Amino acid sequence: MADVLEAVKVSRSFDVSKPWLQRMLSRSGRRSLRAVDEVSFSIPKGTTLSLVGESGCGKSTVARLAVGLYPPSSGDIRFEGQSLSSARAQPALRRRMNMIFQDPYASLNPRWRVQDIVAEPLRAFGMLRGSAVGDRVGQLLSQVGLSPADGAKYPHEFSGGQRQRISIARALSSEPDFLVCDEPTSALDVSVQAQILNLMRELQTRLGLTYLFISHNLSVIRHMSDRLGVMYLGRIVEHGPAEAIFTEPRHPYTRLLLDAIPDLDAAGGVGRVRAGVGGEVPSPIAPPPGCTFHPRCPLANDRCRVERPDYTQAGPVEVACHAVEEGRG
Amino acid sequence: MSALLDVQDLSVDFPTRRGRLHALDRVSLSIQPGEILGVVGESGAGKSLTGAAIIGLLEPPGVIVGGQVSLEGRRIDKLPPEQMRRIRGRQIGAVFQDPLTTLNPLYTVGRQLVETMQTHLGLSDRDAKARAVQWLVDVGIPGAAERVDAYPHEFSGGMRQRVVIALALCAEPKLVIADEPTTALDVSIQAQVIALLRRLAREHGTAVLLVTHDMGVIAETCDRVAVMYAGRVIEVGSVAAVVHRPSHPYTEGLMASIPALRARVDRLAQIDGAMPRLNAIPPGCAYNPRCPKVFERCRHDRPNLMPAKETQAACWLYAEGAVHG
Ligand SMILES: Nc1ncnc2c1ncn2[C@@H]1O[C@H](COP(=O)(O)OP(=O)(O)O)[C@@H](O)[C@H]1O
Ligand SMILES: Nc1ncnc2c1ncn2[C@@H]1O[C@H](COP(=O)(O)OP(=O)(O)O)[C@@H](O)[C@H]1O
Ligand code: SF4
Ligand SMILES: [Mg+2]
Ligand SMILES: [Mg+2]
Repeated sequence: MADVLEAVKVSRSFDVSKPWLQRMLSRSGRRSLRAVDEVSFSIPKGTTLSLVGESGCGKSTVARLAVGLYPPSSGDIRFEGQSLSSARAQPALRRRMNMIFQDPYASLNPRWRVQDIVAEPLRAFGMLRGSAVGDRVGQLLSQVGLSPADGAKYPHEFSGGQRQRISIARALSSEPDFLVCDEPTSALDVSVQAQILNLMRELQTRLGLTYLFISHNLSVIRHMSDRLGVMYLGRIVEHGPAEAIFTEPRHPYTRLLLDAIPDLDAAGGVGRVRAGVGGEVPSPIAPPPGCTFHPRCPLANDRCRVERPDYTQAGPVEVACHAVEEGRG
Repeated sequence: MSALLDVQDLSVDFPTRRGRLHALDRVSLSIQPGEILGVVGESGAGKSLTGAAIIGLLEPPGVIVGGQVSLEGRRIDKLPPEQMRRIRGRQIGAVFQDPLTTLNPLYTVGRQLVETMQTHLGLSDRDAKARAVQWLVDVGIPGAAERVDAYPHEFSGGMRQRVVIALALCAEPKLVIADEPTTALDVSIQAQVIALLRRLAREHGTAVLLVTHDMGVIAETCDRVAVMYAGRVIEVGSVAAVVHRPSHPYTEGLMASIPALRARVDRLAQIDGAMPRLNAIPPGCAYNPRCPKVFERCRHDRPNLMPAKETQAACWLYAEGAVHG
């Protein structure tokens, strides 16, 4: 199947230097932070690629890169084969990608009625006018499980889950093919999360949508993903079919993550004995040399401390780990 | 065995211009010495209010309008603020979601530990300082002997929460109330902090009331669990029974809606609708408009906790003479 989105060795750095005067006084240089580090992936049409990792590992930056909100510092992102930098310039392509955010409170303008929020992309892209707009908004609201009459209300009149439905209706209004969903259920309670995840899967099947889905919650990721990338300090450290990674995690960080999740099956047991769950994510401003995971890794050796691991193919999965490559994983 | 903490029919109201909101409605629960009791529920269910009301930290205009709270058989819900403050440090410790609400930014963590121990345990300077370092070692702070002189802002979020746990436990209280202690932390750090809380509670025989919306955390940490919905406790029982064989239809729905880590399904079970707001709690069972097993009685009589399969559930399916669900 054709790839809708492809990222080729995409990196993105941010300048995090102190202001000029302070730099001069303290004689310190410019500093930059590499939020995303040579990330590559592709997403076939109608499928979901997910990214998982702890906060600060670069997930939201990839999300913004994928819809062209940030240009890459290096590397290329292609939408149906066209480089995004040129694709973004064309409204016909721009309307085909959209984004859903974590916080359904902050992302909806509180002073607008729901119908105007949902219709905004329609108007922005000049897709419909007059009474056709109202009909389409009604349709979109029904599609996400709200009623057309809800269009006359304001965001504050809705619960968190309903607001996320409104965000989804808005994201769908320009009839996109590709949606980036950045932690869309992280602010919601589990029962509401189930409603939203079910809705997203239904819409995907019905409309043939392609998703880049981002979450720090591995259970949610397993439920949603076809393919999966595990991120650590800006890099994808393990990448492949989601089921393969869940059944046989290979990278020590993926294992640590899976091991760390509080487990419902533990109920009434004696409490799990966890191996190797230690340490914290280091600062991305001064990442450790070699494999950036080595200070926390139970398998690290001298090579890991100096040499950055390349990708090794392990079954259907790509893993950036010396131990896996050397067969000591 | 007599309960360490016993809460009976605790009710909390918020008076508003449009009438009184019943935020907690006859909440009852008890904790045995050394036991870890989880309180779980969706946001707005009343978990934090329950914890706050127990330790006398209810913020106005919230008021206790009924029921009682007893610690080792002695009522503590009507004590003057000064006495309550002493109980809070010495007998009940607290850990909140944001460690910065507990830590004083102007003092080193060592000084905060030392002062807490001196106030409540009457230790000498030297003993208190030595114990402060030992506490930091116990909660897993690397380089504790030097870090004891560091300020809270010099620690990461996960490390700060460890310090708060040390601070809550250092006066050797019999009970710790922990409100979403790991919610702000990343999973790998969360696992470390939960394991730490559990280990220390066991070692020191401290009972814990653990408030969280995360069933996984409950499953891994608690002995028993109380499930809250719309200001009420609707089910309580052993953690294995509540998680794997719940009795209340809401708990059943809640458990089924959690995506499993070990298997993939096409569609998650979902409970339609949302928990009612406080100004629109339906009569009878608060869950009745969403309940797949609702019947006539549920719509006008409010059920209290009653024996139900392996747990206690506030559900008419388990009333005597009813046909079980
Ligand atoms: N606009 C920005 N300026 C400077 N640093 C940024 C900016 N956006 C993100 N970062 C940094 O990049 C890293 C990755 O951030 P982010 O992509 O938000 O991670 P995640 O979504 O996985 O939590 C973090 O260290 C963050 O502080
Ligand atoms: N100051 C207040 N005024 C009115 N209602 C309040 C106030 N504080 C809390 N509440 C309400 O009390 C209910 C329970 O809140 P809380 O105990 O914080 O819930 P939880 O911790 O379970 O998420 C919520 O519906 C909340 O809106
Ligand atoms: S490369 Fe080395 S340090 Fe990195 S994860 Fe693999 S074994 Fe660990
Ligand atoms: Mg993010
Ligand atoms: Mg709370």
